[in-house]
Amino acid sequence: MTKKRFVSATMAAIFAASLVAGCGNGGGNNSSTTTAAKKSDGKVLNIYCWNDEFKQRYEKYYKNTPSDVKVNWVITPNDNNGYQNALDAALKKQDSAPADEKIDIFLIEADYALKYTDTEYALDVKNDIGLTDDDLKDQYSYTKEIVTSTDGKLKGVTWQATPGLFAYRRSIAKDVLGTDDPTEVQKALADWNKFNDVAKQASAKGYKMLSGYDDSYRTFSNNVSKPWVDAKTSKIQIDDNLMKWVDQTKTFTDEGYNNKTSLWSDGWNADQGSKGKVFGFFYSTWGINFTLLGNSLDKKEADGGKAEVGNGIFGDYAVCQGPQPYYWGGTWICAAKGTDNVDLVKDIMKTLTCDKTTMKQITTDTQDYTNTTSGMNEIANSDFKSDFLGGQNHIKLFAEVAPKINMKNMSSYDQGLNEEFQKAFKDYFDGKVTKDQALENFYKAALEKYPNLKK
Amino acid sequence: MKKQKKLVSYAKWGYIFLIPFFTVFIIFNLIPLVSTFYNSFFENYEIGLIQVGPTPVGLENFKTIFTDGDLGKYFTNTMIMWALGFVPQMFFSLLLAVWFTNSRLRLKGTSFFKTVIYMPNLIMASAFAMLFFALFSDIGPVNNILARLGIGQYRFLAEVAGTRGLVAFMNFLMWTGNTTIILMSGIMGIDESLFEAARIDGASSWRIFWGITMPLLRPITAYVLITSLIGGLQMFDVPQILTNGGGSPDRTSMTLIMYLNKHLYSHNYGMAGALSVILFVVTGILSMIVYTYTMNNYDGSGSLSKKARAKRKAEKKQMREQKKESKAAQATSSQHA
Repeated sequence: MTKKRFVSATMAAIFAASLVAGCGNGGGNNSSTTTAAKKSDGKVLNIYCWNDEFKQRYEKYYKNTPSDVKVNWVITPNDNNGYQNALDAALKKQDSAPADEKIDIFLIEADYALKYTDTEYALDVKNDIGLTDDDLKDQYSYTKEIVTSTDGKLKGVTWQATPGLFAYRRSIAKDVLGTDDPTEVQKALADWNKFNDVAKQASAKGYKMLSGYDDSYRTFSNNVSKPWVDAKTSKIQIDDNLMKWVDQTKTFTDEGYNNKTSLWSDGWNADQGSKGKVFGFFYSTWGINFTLLGNSLDKKEADGGKAEVGNGIFGDYAVCQGPQPYYWGGTWICAAKGTDNVDLVKDIMKTLTCDKTTMKQITTDTQDYTNTTSGMNEIANSDFKSDFLGGQNHIKLFAEVAPKINMKNMSSYDQGLNEEFQKAFKDYFDGKVTKDQALENFYKAALEKYPNLKK
Repeated sequence: MKKQKKLVSYAKWGYIFLIPFFTVFIIFNLIPLVSTFYNSFFENYEIGLIQVGPTPVGLENFKTIFTDGDLGKYFTNTMIMWALGFVPQMFFSLLLAVWFTNSRLRLKGTSFFKTVIYMPNLIMASAFAMLFFALFSDIGPVNNILARLGIGQYRFLAEVAGTRGLVAFMNFLMWTGNTTIILMSGIMGIDESLFEAARIDGASSWRIFWGITMPLLRPITAYVLITSLIGGLQMFDVPQILTNGGGSPDRTSMTLIMYLNKHLYSHNYGMAGALSVILFVVTGILSMIVYTYTMNNYDGSGSLSKKARAKRKAEKKQMREQKKESKAAQATSSQHA
């Protein structure tokens, strides 16, 4: 009796399993035919992203969506790695998913770009999608370096470039340096030695040079001479430039040149407002027009305040290049393997990231800095000015910095290792551990995240 | 014979009513438990989108944890933060439970206070931690008050004592109400006539507490201690959010489960499994120690074991003598009057 029941149960299980397996194979076959044929007959365009920034750009500036194609936005917030977890899970099912549920487009950020561009899940923009070198020639080269796979294929495109600058308080610069002119201030901050000297002068007058520990991190980490991980031995390599950041920040902390805050903390945000006594902040394109502007207002825009001179310290900031070129942020568009909308994806990429007219329009509408060298140079040489920066044409400075950014030394471990490096050394700056112990803690956290790496 | 046939067996209903529990237990407890043991013998993780393993590696994961891990450190952290919260929690819970149930005190508005002290437990632990994170930040209200009082800034979350203290304080606030309610129900389960008799005999509140309440409350205190200990070993959300997952400073507020959570990033089933198995064993051993220690002279339902009975006898004798003395004293005092 029991034996019989067991046999029938096993039979049922095998039958069910074969059904499932059959489905899997079927899906697989479908997908391979669609990729081979490269037909854009999909009726649903699935886009994976973490906020509605791209959605806004898409809906406002892309007008050629075929009327019978439904755009399906799958938005998963970034918190706790949520977006990447959701995207990873979806990509792994890509082969077996029905055509209309396959991801067509997914967005990525620079810090973890190689995690996706080094896999087959992201399609080659030139060979698979069909954009030409001529289409892409106006884009800043660093925006292409970031999404180029290790074997040299371009796997993504972006509509924005995010070069960074040093935004300083005009009133404090006048007090410390005797001038608030961006060219003069830039001369005083042209390299790290000069920067440290100004920090000392500012401190003598009761100001802080920077707000927190991580403020200058990106200017160092973007200018490393080797990638985080050695490709052959999987060994973690700590670049000298990162140790320079450690030493500088330790000095700044011990001498009282910074306010011991952390990026995005309440203290850090408060330091950017009228009560702050901080000389300046390292910020990129979006940070200046969005975050810094918001923090500078005494009466926030949500409370009915206006972004105009007289509200808080609106107009008291100015920008200069700072000691080293760097970038911060940015969003790249990738086409997913198995997409059934190749032609549409190509047209979206072309319109939003290669078309100068569209991108210039985005810049004038939203002050977003877009990925068109010639277009940005045109704006740089026009009479464009920002009231928030006291009438300065910051696009001009961005246009000078952007071509200098070099992102050849990237690795797929950048996001995880940068985060852990900053975290581990916070204890050192706080005086809780020695430098060696902080380094030890960093290795520990790094190996927890990436068990395949070696110390 | 006929009569026997008519007898209905109710025994099967017992088993039928147990089915839902066992189904849920097997699906959500037993299967995950067994698969955890199974997973702990494999190398199995992901680097980005690349899957490594699963390859059977025997006891390699356990070896790694014991040789390069800081398991002892995290265990100590967890226990320190638990004890810092549990000791005051037990003190206040006992005090409040005794007061609330005391038929002589007849406190007014006890249900109001019971609700109030239970409140913190209703807030999600993560929300509670976020609140404290904002309150005790470097420029938060608490530091503002300290500055106004002339004490100066104290960077709570950059100091070992500050961070551990806050975690313990939050656990204390969150669980005192809960423990009070449990202890109260335990005290109310004790026969009221025992208290009355003791009071008539002239025993002080202190004496009643140690002589009647505490010994008869032992199964409940053992229960509270064990559940709190297990809960303490699994401490996670409060320190995780307060320190943003880092267990800062210098990993001194990193609990065992926070360490386990570190393996989530790489989906490291092998290491996480091995760690969970170790935790399972540790929890089991600790619970057993606590149980045998607190229950060793208690054999259930209010009756006492041999050893305790002997002790009790001695105590009773002492009480009787005391009573005699007090009677004598009363007699003399009344004579004086």
